[in-house]
Amino acid sequence: MSRDPPGPAEEEAPGAAGGGGGGGGGGGGGGSGGEGRARPAGEGGGCYLALCARPVHFEKANPVNCVFFDEANKQVFAVRSGGATGVVVKGLEDRNPISFRMEDKGEVKCIKFSLGNKILAVQRTLKSVDFLNFIPDSPQVEYTQECKTKNANILGFCWTSSTEIVFITDQGIEFYQVLPEKRSLKLLKNQSINVNWYMYCPESSVILLSTTVLGNVLQPFYFKSGTMAKLSKFEIELPAAPKSSKLSLSERDIAMATIYGQLYVLYLRHHSRTSNSTGAEVVLYHLPREGSCKKTHILKLNRTGKFALNVVDNLVVVHHQDTETSVIFDIKLRGEFDGSTTIHQFVLPPRSIQPYQIPVAGPASVTSQAPVPCKLYSSSWIVFQPDIIISASEGYLWSLQVKLEPVVNLLLDKGKLMDFLLQRKECKMVILSVCSQMLSEPERGSLSVIATVFDKLNHEYKKYLEAEQSYTMVVETGLSRSNPLLKRPVRTQAVIDQSDMYTHVLSVFTEKKEAPHKFTIAVLMEYIRSLNQFQIAVQHYLYELVIKTLVQHNLFYMLHQFLQYHVLSDSKPLACLLLSLESIYPPAHQLSLDMLKRLSTANDEIVEVLLSKHQVLAALRFIRGIGGHDSISARKFLDAAKQAEDDMLFYTIFRFFEQRNQRLRGNPSFTPGEHCEEHVTFFKQVFGEQALMKPTTF
Amino acid sequence: AAGGAGQEKQLAPTLLSFFIYNPKLGPKEGEEEKKILFYHPNEVEKNEKIRNVGLCEAIVQFTRTFSPTKPAKSLHTQKNRQFFHEPEENFWMVMVVRNPIIEKHKDGKPVYEYQEEELLDKVYSSVLQQCYSMYKLFNGTFLKAMEDGGVKGLKERLEKFFHRYLQTLHLQSCDLLDVFCGISFFPLDKMTYLKIQSFINRMEESLNIVKYTAFLYNDQLIWSGLEQDDMRILYKYLTTSLFPRHMEPELAGRDSPIRAEMPGNLQHYGRFLTGPLNLNDPETKCRFPKIFVNTDDTYEELHLIVYKAMSAAVCFMIDASIPPTLEFCRKLDSIVGPQLTVLASDICEQYNINKRISGAEKEPQFKFIYFNHMNLAEKSTIHMRKTPSVSLASVHPDLMKILGDINSDFSRVDEDEEIIVKAMSDYWVVGKKSDQRELYVILNQKNVNLIEVNEEVKKLCATQFNNIFFLD
Repeated sequence: MSRDPPGPAEEEAPGAAGGGGGGGGGGGGGGSGGEGRARPAGEGGGCYLALCARPVHFEKANPVNCVFFDEANKQVFAVRSGGATGVVVKGLEDRNPISFRMEDKGEVKCIKFSLGNKILAVQRTLKSVDFLNFIPDSPQVEYTQECKTKNANILGFCWTSSTEIVFITDQGIEFYQVLPEKRSLKLLKNQSINVNWYMYCPESSVILLSTTVLGNVLQPFYFKSGTMAKLSKFEIELPAAPKSSKLSLSERDIAMATIYGQLYVLYLRHHSRTSNSTGAEVVLYHLPREGSCKKTHILKLNRTGKFALNVVDNLVVVHHQDTETSVIFDIKLRGEFDGSTTIHQFVLPPRSIQPYQIPVAGPASVTSQAPVPCKLYSSSWIVFQPDIIISASEGYLWSLQVKLEPVVNLLLDKGKLMDFLLQRKECKMVILSVCSQMLSEPERGSLSVIATVFDKLNHEYKKYLEAEQSYTMVVETGLSRSNPLLKRPVRTQAVIDQSDMYTHVLSVFTEKKEAPHKFTIAVLMEYIRSLNQFQIAVQHYLYELVIKTLVQHNLFYMLHQFLQYHVLSDSKPLACLLLSLESIYPPAHQLSLDMLKRLSTANDEIVEVLLSKHQVLAALRFIRGIGGHDSISARKFLDAAKQAEDDMLFYTIFRFFEQRNQRLRGNPSFTPGEHCEEHVTFFKQVFGEQALMKPTTF
Repeated sequence: AAGGAGQEKQLAPTLLSFFIYNPKLGPKEGEEEKKILFYHPNEVEKNEKIRNVGLCEAIVQFTRTFSPTKPAKSLHTQKNRQFFHEPEENFWMVMVVRNPIIEKHKDGKPVYEYQEEELLDKVYSSVLQQCYSMYKLFNGTFLKAMEDGGVKGLKERLEKFFHRYLQTLHLQSCDLLDVFCGISFFPLDKMTYLKIQSFINRMEESLNIVKYTAFLYNDQLIWSGLEQDDMRILYKYLTTSLFPRHMEPELAGRDSPIRAEMPGNLQHYGRFLTGPLNLNDPETKCRFPKIFVNTDDTYEELHLIVYKAMSAAVCFMIDASIPPTLEFCRKLDSIVGPQLTVLASDICEQYNINKRISGAEKEPQFKFIYFNHMNLAEKSTIHMRKTPSVSLASVHPDLMKILGDINSDFSRVDEDEEIIVKAMSDYWVVGKKSDQRELYVILNQKNVNLIEVNEEVKKLCATQFNNIFFLD
């Protein structure tokens, strides 16, 4: 499978595919052109890889129909009779196929659109490439560019932008700019070098050339807006010294892919009998934009035979045809480091790609047959980077996907599972379900496992918060203008914040009440501990959840101790919540007042609390202590004093305000705005008119 | 009252007698002896015992007619003072303390002057109540013991317990702290506290038979899974009895607890303070003291396992129906030991950092006692470190007595109060009560007036108690 059918260039795909049913066989009404909707079959036993549900269906290769695949645009070209009877272009992303006709000027060797489908390039001979504009209102006549190097043969070409193209010849590379209006090309740069084969990674705009006799010296070039940069070349270590001087490194064993934002060259090193390796392995060479290429990782396959590589969601997927299974590797997971390279074992046990059913094409009214199971790991499969699988014999193009749900049951070490999941794109719901699962029977995890998981989640959460914080700081200080590269940090799904945990895991878990309350509280405290450890401010609703749980089980003394050590951080809402507990737990009153005092912004609340308890004198002493007694409402205090039904108290308070009036206004009587008439009346009633303070006159 | 004349000699208060009786056990005449469950000193002649018990009964009975719900708590006489306590219905505990005496010499003959007003009722009533609490912690209630083993069983238990316990009562050094019977909490930052929480939860999970856990550092409490009242008395036991007993060998460097000899055993400093002495000895006894908690409702009987690594001590309490085996002890040692060792050094490190930050290393200028009724938190800069038997006050007993008097005043009213007393030789004593908190400060400054004293106390509150609601 995969690169097994050796072609001149990797794009030349199924047309040359030897295996499979070639042009013959079933597929009946495939010619209808309608898209056969393929649906994946039911859940396989822990299959963590699947073909996408909506593949691209194309007319399969046959003597009159040649099929090509362009990795840059991820498009399949079906060229009938050299284009005379039609070219159909379909892509994974663009759902509307492009159809056109072109003159049959001979066998097509390679055909690709520039980025954005602006210009079509077709190679029909070894010496030149033809161009056709697809830009509206531009000349629609083909134009041709011959390669500049004399006696060179064009191995292929790659578009590096919508108007820039690179020819790769056996003697070097030629970098052109296409001028569609002028229907001509301008040579930007060229470089002479002997080329055995080449490989292009559109994601990173890097072309890799195989040079030297053995072919194991690789020369990368990097292209960006009209410039071409030669990166440092490097040598792939061959498993054993080759006996003869012939090409020893095949392009079939090399792939290029971006993993975790870094470009890697992946080399599939086959098992050699001379070396004492236990099986084939994939060697990863890190290719930085600057600096030299280094061997960094070795992925142990522990088996031999035919392999193919994909990279999906930053995972290296290795398909093994003999066993019809695949394994995945995650270079971010811990491996065995030998000082220069890290050796990785596969993350999960080998599994087959999830069974896939090809629906019988044609109008549903005509065919009512059951869908046909798709032959997986077929020898007619061709694999492209990063995640493309093409079945030449059936005319399908899939993208490969990683399913996270089955992983949960395959990776029993929860810490490792989290490390794995946190690096995946669509991880949030799976992670949350793992969290829920580990908190409830029958798969309840131990507290130390739970702690590990929380720590891993919060580590990721904190990283994001920090990035966000430093971004806001730069923006606020106005430094952003001087730093155009500054981008707002992306919030990936791996950022599981408190509200996610609360909504999906913790509140559900505490409500279920199936676990012993000790465990419930331990889990909540563990989460709070973890947040604190990463210096993340804990949200109020988590404290509320803790308090609710403790109150439900009458664990007031526990609550008291937590508050005593400020484990539940001070806040007004928390203080209010405590106040509401006073009737069932009297000390909550003291705890609440202490908290309000510490907040230092809740003086009004303190006064209210004291007044509500008829502690009028205490309230007055407090407000005087903080120097706020000149602005308080006399009526409020007198009301409270009257409600306390303590005449002496009322007298004291009344006198205090008379004195205040005297001090502030030179007269002890209340102003009408203070609305204290009823209190004055009451005072006279109880203590007599003469008890009223006399205005001091000088 | 340090007398100028060298011939004067102070004789401290001492325990004259201590007895427990239940009037229902011998209601008939001639059967009075049956009422007596315990009598110290035992040598006292039988009829005298009966007479003393009868007298107490009569006093209680008599005072009940005036105050049916609150019968007499103490009886003051010239030579001694009697304290009555009815911890369980019809079970009475009586403690008779001889008043302190000043021995003078007149005409070559010794003359004894009893100081009738020296002893504080509240202090000694509290001591008596603690006697019961301590008994109950290790023996359960009187009633339960009687239900289980009859009067004989109860008598045996009382004899066994009080015979030893009474010797540890140091009546001469009882003071306000005995009234509070508070708990000293170890100051700790949130993160370290959460780590301890996490440790406790994980230990309770691994040693799944553990019902409650308490955690102490430096003889100060950090966490209690027990309810407050049970913890209060357990804390007293740990800090005044168990820990001091184990301190001496620790200081002497004997039985160095690093045990690397066991293969596969991580080096750690953990060891059992109760239970097995040597885990490597297959014959070693895994017997732990039994304690009784929640005696008002669930009435739980537990084994008390106290395990210590450096300054950190953990009490694991497990159901008494599950006798801990040697295997369990070894497991506990291997799990708890290494982790507790690490945790203990974490706490120590963090504590020193916090101390440096807050600048609390400076010797406190104030001598004060703080107590919070809500969480029983107690803090004293007046008392020295607790010794096996007593905590010694570093101020003159007369000042301590003033503190006790202020406390008695406070307990009579609900309102917040403040009392400032000018004591002898430039001493000022200030008592403040705010909500459920009490603070007693002793100041010694020459030529200060009331306002200055008040300012000083305000300063103290601002530095020491700024994070609580404590009214000035």
